[in-house]
Amino acid sequence: MMYVLFGYFAVVSILSGVFTIALKNPVHCGLGLLSLLLHVAGLFVLLNAEFLFAVQIIVYAGAILVLYLFVLMLLNLKTEEQHLHKKYPFFLFAGVAILGELLIVTLQTPYGGAKGTASAEVVLQTGPSHAVGIMMFSDYLLLFEIVGVFLLGAIIGAIVLAKTPTPPTPKTDAAT
Amino acid sequence: MIPLSAYVALSAILFMTGLLGVLIRRNFIIVLMSVEIMLNAANVNLVAFSHYLESMAGQLAALFVIAIAAGEAAVGLAIIIVVFRGKIATNVDQINLLKW
Repeated sequence: MMYVLFGYFAVVSILSGVFTIALKNPVHCGLGLLSLLLHVAGLFVLLNAEFLFAVQIIVYAGAILVLYLFVLMLLNLKTEEQHLHKKYPFFLFAGVAILGELLIVTLQTPYGGAKGTASAEVVLQTGPSHAVGIMMFSDYLLLFEIVGVFLLGAIIGAIVLAKTPTPPTPKTDAAT
Repeated sequence: MIPLSAYVALSAILFMTGLLGVLIRRNFIIVLMSVEIMLNAANVNLVAFSHYLESMAGQLAALFVIAIAAGEAAVGLAIIIVVFRGKIATNVDQINLLKW
């Protein structure tokens, strides 16, 4: 059963990723990305990360992707004839070659290492979300605060960038 | 039990998909979406190692990656809106205002 679920999530997420970068219409690309995010969330469930599953669906598929689709529809992009670079076969070849090398390396490496303390039984006693929360607010507290400041900066930066300038700026029609 | 190398291989494939998207697409928004694919591939890797090495650190790192991705998407899309308002096209090879 685990194998069937893993195969389904893996194959569909790879296909969605390929659709995301290959389709012409940007809105279709966004929907491909949505499918990829949901199937990666399914992989998180297989890996006993229920809290990350919820965060992935709420934050990624719920917030970030809606932001992307919102901007896509705001800008009203036309589907273009030439949606790839002129020299894309070169990049495609290089990418597939690097992928082959990566696969050879990753499939031959013996993985292992010192095991931590959070085995599945220990985590399931109190629940995965509880374990993540305890760790986030003890060992990773400074990192948590830094991420909070980072998000504040990102929000302020986005507002300042996207705010309509009060005097009508002269048109910068360079680089067209 | 699914071997860990299966997850690592899946993550490598997803990462290469995202990297190819960054390299071959012309639309700026699709390029940002490809960056999201790469971040997701890294997340799969982190959570897989977290599960197989029985440590919570990987899941915490994946959470922070998601937070950074949210900030990156907000700022990147704001930049796209500014560029589009200046009547510059949204193709990455036509945005060359800062090019020397």
